[in-house]
Amino acid sequence: MTDTPVMQPRGSLREWLRAPTASSPRQARAQAVWRGWQRLITNRAAFAGLIVLLILVTLAVVGPWLTPYSVMGQDLSVRLQPPSAQHLLGTDDLGRDILTRILYGARITLMMAALVAVIAGPIGLAVGATAGYLGGWFDIVAMRLVDVFLSFPSLILALAFVAALGPGIENAVIAISLSAWPPIARLARAEALTVRKSDYIAAARLQGASPMRLIMKHVMPICLPSVVVRVTLNMAGIILTAAGLGFLGLGAQPPSPEWGAMLASGRQFMLTSWWLAATPGAAIMLVSLSFNLLGDGLRDVLDPRND
Amino acid sequence: MTTPSLEIVSLSVAFGHGRASVQAVDKASFRVARGEAFGIIGESGSGKSTILRAITGLHDGYDGDVLINGNPAPRPRNRDFFKTVQMVFQDPYSSLHPRRMIRATLMEPLEIYRLDRREARIAQVLLDVGLAPEFAYRYPHQLSGGQRQRVAVARALLLEPEILLLDEPTSALDVSVQAGVLNVLNALRRARGLSYVMVSHDLRVVAHMCSRIAVMTQGRIVEELTVEDLRAQRATQPYTRTLIAASRAAVTAD
Amino acid sequence: MTDPLLEVRNLRVAYPSAHGYSDALRGISFTLGREKLGIVGESGSGKSTAGRAIMRLLPPKARVTADALRLSGFDLLGASERQMRDIRGGRIAMILQDPRYALNPLKTVGAQIMESYRIHIKGSRAEARDRMLAMLEDVRIRDPQRVTGLYPHELSGGMGQRVMIAMMLIPSPKLVIADEPTSALDVTVRGQILDVLNERVEAQGAGLILISHDLPLVSDFCDRVLVMYGGQIMEELAAHDLSQASHPYTIALNASLPPLDHAVDELIVPEYDPTWLTEATE
Repeated sequence: MTDTPVMQPRGSLREWLRAPTASSPRQARAQAVWRGWQRLITNRAAFAGLIVLLILVTLAVVGPWLTPYSVMGQDLSVRLQPPSAQHLLGTDDLGRDILTRILYGARITLMMAALVAVIAGPIGLAVGATAGYLGGWFDIVAMRLVDVFLSFPSLILALAFVAALGPGIENAVIAISLSAWPPIARLARAEALTVRKSDYIAAARLQGASPMRLIMKHVMPICLPSVVVRVTLNMAGIILTAAGLGFLGLGAQPPSPEWGAMLASGRQFMLTSWWLAATPGAAIMLVSLSFNLLGDGLRDVLDPRND
Repeated sequence: MTTPSLEIVSLSVAFGHGRASVQAVDKASFRVARGEAFGIIGESGSGKSTILRAITGLHDGYDGDVLINGNPAPRPRNRDFFKTVQMVFQDPYSSLHPRRMIRATLMEPLEIYRLDRREARIAQVLLDVGLAPEFAYRYPHQLSGGQRQRVAVARALLLEPEILLLDEPTSALDVSVQAGVLNVLNALRRARGLSYVMVSHDLRVVAHMCSRIAVMTQGRIVEELTVEDLRAQRATQPYTRTLIAASRAAVTAD
Repeated sequence: MTDPLLEVRNLRVAYPSAHGYSDALRGISFTLGREKLGIVGESGSGKSTAGRAIMRLLPPKARVTADALRLSGFDLLGASERQMRDIRGGRIAMILQDPRYALNPLKTVGAQIMESYRIHIKGSRAEARDRMLAMLEDVRIRDPQRVTGLYPHELSGGMGQRVMIAMMLIPSPKLVIADEPTSALDVTVRGQILDVLNERVEAQGAGLILISHDLPLVSDFCDRVLVMYGGQIMEELAAHDLSQASHPYTIALNASLPPLDHAVDELIVPEYDPTWLTEATE
C-alpha cells in the first residue's frame, strides 16, 4: 500500500503507547492518558456526547463562514418563514435566519458554560479540598457559607445576583458561577474527608510536606475526577440557567442571539410559527444531553477503581 | 553506656475524652540501640501501631518522652526529625498515592529537602530495594503488592534516616513475597546500620527480624525478651506463653 | 461406594479480558467425602474462585465449565438459579473472612440466625428460637440470651465469626466452605474458632473445605491438602505429610516461611517455574 510509510510512525506511536512498561515519565503519563481515552471511546454514550460537543464547538467556531446571512441583518420581507431550502430552520419575526442565529448563539452559550466551569470548578475544588483536609474553623465557616448558598434554588440565586449586578452576559456568568461553586465544594470536601486519614497522606506528612503541599498535590488530585464529572454534569444545568436568565431578560439582551433570549422572543409566535421557539429549545436540549452523556462516561473513565 | 538511638519513656496515648476515653498505650518504655532491630508484638487493639504513630507525631497527643539520640523529639515534629526517623506503613495498597507516578512519590522528599542528584538518588534507592529503575515510571496500580511495599521502603530511605519504623510491613503480602521483602529489609539494616522498630502480630516475622522483642497487650508492654529466650520458650508472663503457644500450634512437628 | 459428597472434575473458570478469555482456574479435579479438605495457595492461585464456583457465586461474565460438578450426585452446574438458592445456605454453607462484612449491620444476631433457619427449614418461630439458642451454645458463646440481642458491630472478631458459624450451620448443610475464616482474627482466638468449626462439622457429619493461604494452619487442621498455583492443583497431600511434600512449589512455599525455632540468615524466596503450569494440563 502507498500509505505504509505514513503508517510507520503511527504504528510505532501505538506501540510506544501500548508498551507494557514505560521508560520515561512522558511515556508513562501518555500511556495513562491513552488508557483513559481507550475507556472513554468504548463507552458509546459518552463517546456520542463527546462527538456532538466537538461538532457543536467546531460549528460555533466556523459557523459564521458557513452561512450567507448576517446575524443581525433584518429583512422584514421574509419574516416568519417556515423552514425551507433557503432558510433551513426558517426565519424569525424580524426576518433573520434562525440557523445563523443558532450558530452564533452556540458561541455565546458554550462560552458562558466554559467560563462558569473555569470559575466555579477551581473555586469549589480549592474551598472543598481545603475545608475537608484542614477541618476545624475553616471547615465550619466554609461549609456554613455553602449551606447558605445551597438553601436557595440556583436560578433564584443567580436572579438575585443579576438583579444586583445588572443584566448582561458577563454579570450572568458571574451570577451563575456564584451559585454553581457550592455544590462542587461540598463534593470536594466529602472526597477530601475520605483521604485525609489515609496512609499515603500520612506518609507524605512524614516526608515533611507542608499542609499547602498536601492539599495541592495530594488531596486535590483525588478530588479532581469527581469534580470534573460533577462540573460536566452541571454544564447542562448551567446552560439551562443561562438560557433561563436570557429568557427572563436578565442574561444576554436582544438582539444578541443567545438561545434563551431567542426562545423568549419566539414565545409570542409559538402557536403560529413553532420553529421560532422550538429550534433554540432543541439546541439547548442537545447540548445539555451531550454534556450529561459525557459526564456519565467520564465518571466511569476517571473512577480510580477502574485502573 | 552509650545513648540509645531511640528511647521511649513512659509513653501514654489516650483516645477520646472523659469517660469515653480509652487508654491505647499505657506507660510504655523501651530503648533501641543504634543498628538494632527491636520488635513489638501484640494482637489487634493492643496499641502497638499507636506507639509508632506517636513516635512519628502522627498522633500528637501523647504523654511521656520520645528521645532521639538522647534529645527529646520536637513537638510538633519538624523536618530535621523526619530526616532521622521514617516509617513504612502496613498496607502497600493504601500507602502510595493512587494517582501519582512512583517517580513523583519518590521525588517529593527530594524536592522538600532540596536535595541534589535527584534522578540518580531515585535510581539508586530503587536498586537498593531490588527494583529496576524503570519502576519509577509506573503508577501504583501497575505494581504487585510486594513491589509496592518495596517502593514504600525506598521512599522511607530517600532521606537516609537512622531509624526506620516498620508497621506490619508484610502482613498484607503472601508468604513468598514476604520472604523477599524481609530479606531486603535485613540487608538494608546491615548495610546502612539502621535501627528498626518493627511492629507485627506475626511471631515468626518478628523472631526472624528482631533481636529483642516487647510483648504488648491492652496498651501495656507486659514483657520484653530476647529472641533467644523467645525461641527457647523462656517467657515468664502468661500472656506471652499463650501467644507463643498459639503461634506454635500451627508449626508442624519438624 | 456411593456418590462422593462433592465431585469436581476438570473445573475451569475464565474471565473475559482484552485478549479473549483469561483463565482463573485451569481444570481442577477433586472429590470430597465427609472429611476436611484444605485448599492452600497464594493470592491469585484461584483458591477462592474454586470455592465460589462450587457455590455458583461468580459474576455472570465468568465462563464456568466442568466435566462434572456434583453435590451428592446432583448437578450443580446445570441447576437453575432457583434451585441454587435452596442449595446455597441450605445444603452448602459458606463462611467468609470477615464477619463484619458478612452480617447485616441493621439486624440483631438472633434475628439473622433465626432467619437463616426459617428460610431453609419450615418451623415455628418458637422452634427457630430454641434451635438458635442451642446453636449459639454449640459454638460456645457463653451467654446466648444476651448475644441474640446484639448488633454485629457490638461483637468482637472472634465472637462475630462464631455467630457466622452458627448462622451458616443451623440449616445443617452437607458441605461447608470456609474461605479464610480466621485470617481477620488474632492468633490467640484462631485456634478456638477452628475448634468450634471442627466440632460442629463433625457433629453434623458434613464435609468441609478450608480455603487459606496459611500452609501450617491448613496442614494442622485438615485431613487432606490441595496446593494450588496459577489456577491449577500442584499437589495433593495427606495433611500431616506436609514436610514430605514433593512438589517444588510446596517445598519453596514451606521454606519461605520464617522458622520459629531457629534463626536463618536469609529467607528462601520461591522461584516459579513456568513448566509447572504446562505439565499439569497434559
